[in-house]
Amino acid sequence: MRSRVIQPAKLANCLPLVPLIDETRTRSRLAVTTAAQPATTHPTTDAGAGVPAVRLEGLVKHFGNDAAGRRVAGATGAPVSDVIVAVAGIDLDIRDGEFFSMLGPSGSGKTTTLRMIAGFELPTAGRILLHGEDVTNRPPFDRDVNTVFQDYALFPHMTVGDNVAYGLVVRKVPKAERQARVADALRMVRLEGYERRRPGQLSGGQRQRVALARALVNRPRVLLLDEPLGALDLKLREEMQIELKSIQQAVRITFIYVTHDQQEALTMSDRLAVFNRGRIEQVGTPADVYERPATRFVAGFVGTSNLLAGETARAIIGSDRTYTVRPEKIRLTDPDAAPGPDEASATGTIREVVYLGPDTRYIVALDAGGELVVTQQNLATSSMEALSAKGRAVRLTWKRQHNLPVGDG
Amino acid sequence: MIGATDRSTPGTMRRLAGWLDRHARVRLAMLLAAPMGWLVLAYLGSLVLLFVNAFWSRDAFTGLVERQFTPDNFIEIFTNPLYRNVTLRTFGMAVAVTLTCAVIAFPIAYYMARVASPRTRGLLAVAVVMPLWASYLVKAYTWRLILSNDGVLNWLLEPLGLRGPGLGESVVGLWLVFTYLWLPYMILPLYAGLERIPHSLLEASADLGGRGWTTFRRVILPLVVPALVAGSIFTFSLTLGDYIAPSLITTTQFIGNLIFLNFGVPDLPFAAALSLVPLAIVVLYLLVARRLGAFEAL
Repeated sequence: MRSRVIQPAKLANCLPLVPLIDETRTRSRLAVTTAAQPATTHPTTDAGAGVPAVRLEGLVKHFGNDAAGRRVAGATGAPVSDVIVAVAGIDLDIRDGEFFSMLGPSGSGKTTTLRMIAGFELPTAGRILLHGEDVTNRPPFDRDVNTVFQDYALFPHMTVGDNVAYGLVVRKVPKAERQARVADALRMVRLEGYERRRPGQLSGGQRQRVALARALVNRPRVLLLDEPLGALDLKLREEMQIELKSIQQAVRITFIYVTHDQQEALTMSDRLAVFNRGRIEQVGTPADVYERPATRFVAGFVGTSNLLAGETARAIIGSDRTYTVRPEKIRLTDPDAAPGPDEASATGTIREVVYLGPDTRYIVALDAGGELVVTQQNLATSSMEALSAKGRAVRLTWKRQHNLPVGDG
Repeated sequence: MIGATDRSTPGTMRRLAGWLDRHARVRLAMLLAAPMGWLVLAYLGSLVLLFVNAFWSRDAFTGLVERQFTPDNFIEIFTNPLYRNVTLRTFGMAVAVTLTCAVIAFPIAYYMARVASPRTRGLLAVAVVMPLWASYLVKAYTWRLILSNDGVLNWLLEPLGLRGPGLGESVVGLWLVFTYLWLPYMILPLYAGLERIPHSLLEASADLGGRGWTTFRRVILPLVVPALVAGSIFTFSLTLGDYIAPSLITTTQFIGNLIFLNFGVPDLPFAAALSLVPLAIVVLYLLVARRLGAFEAL
């Protein structure tokens, strides 16, 4: 038996934590840029878009108490007992006006990072700059950001109108202007006429919109959204994704969107950062991250991890590195069909067929060892045909440009 | 049928359980028979007796109760300024004690619910409840020692050139004692009420620009009002009906003392009529409390 060389997606999570190596960025604390742009040594040259809306510098957050029961304050010093490292050093620039997603599994530090930007948590080390201004130690009410909470956090004792007006009342905006802005904000989220309702009388989707209106009415420069669609059903979630995106484009406010749903991040973002174990594995546009995952983890978390490593990679691609191929890039053909000159190919046997409606997913055991997942659109096949393919010998073919080397992170 | 052999001959208990399962009302009746019987007989029964008694009278010459309807007791209570004054005084005391308890309890409850570590919270909860383990009488007598002329309080105040309220006519001492006695009943519901406020609401307020005071006034306080009212039901009604602490601490009369005196005379019909006064006040108070949502907070 050959050793198992292809890791299932989830296994990537369990790999030992090693420093991430990635050609497209350095460990410099100054800049994490898109994968397409090589890291620069000085952040001011990044993106050419002026001062970033949010800049995180060496951000670290530890939770828990040390042995003496004191809150852990410093980032340096020997690790003490009961300390959980939530964020392990993050450098990030988020540009003004972009829709930026922080994507990662639970416990990856994305929400903690968001909460530090909002001011709900003080970082253990590092700095937070909003439009060039250091706000690291400022309380939430002195920061020009607003948050849409995961549980909406609507005030149950206030009407919808009072909820939305809260930020304006607190900041002593005159009544006439306040009413106009509340009405505008509710119109934007398509809830005009709901001023007098109570949050308890609204559906989940409507509460979500009120939360959005309550934040947007303050016209913050940065809007933070903490898994805001997490509690909604799939259909509503997809509608809200489109709506959020169009609202963002209308108001041109920087949105920072935390989610664990890769589809959501890919759909909505201008750029996204993939978080894992308190660090950022990759920053880039959705296409960058999906098509050119920098690490094993990214390959697995964003999409299906189809990894070719070790002997399998040598046999098929002719290199010792680890490669990933997206399942939809692979064609299924007869075993004796000849691949084109710019194509890589491998033979195998269909081990499992999963019929998904629009597509069928084939899990193919490779003759060279390991498995690859292949998805094919059901253009001509019916479910019966697809399911009967189980056990058939096939050839997998893909363009060489589509097998990408990934780091071992 | 699969498993049919196992179930073909159910035992008597099993059949009974099955029958009960289909008759929810019978189950409920069995469950509640004992407590309902107790409540109706011992509790409502005695209340009805009290109510009926209040409309009887006592023959001044023989001292026997005359079982004939008469509103004389109530006419006496409402026309004699003594009773009006005592009622107002007792009501005022109940209000003062309730307000003081609320003011003292709030920071403690807030600290327990929102600041303290789980360990400290547990210790504080025990500390708050612990006085309730000691006998009420012991505590009241202890306060006599504290407040008496050569007691601890005067000994502490003496270097400052001050004197405590003492055990005479002053009701200040009683106010202190009541506040001490009923404080746990205010802290506990308040703590529960504060703990129920989701932390994200406070964060949302801060996020929208609200500083500490704004958040307190606009978010915490409105949300904790039901719990505050729930706690005040205890502090208010306990103060209203108490007669032991007043008799131990001060020479000034409260409703409870008067009722007790009429037990001693004895004029039970008049005592019953007098008892209905705090009862009526508490019923009114509960109606207001219900409107404020206090019962959802209990």
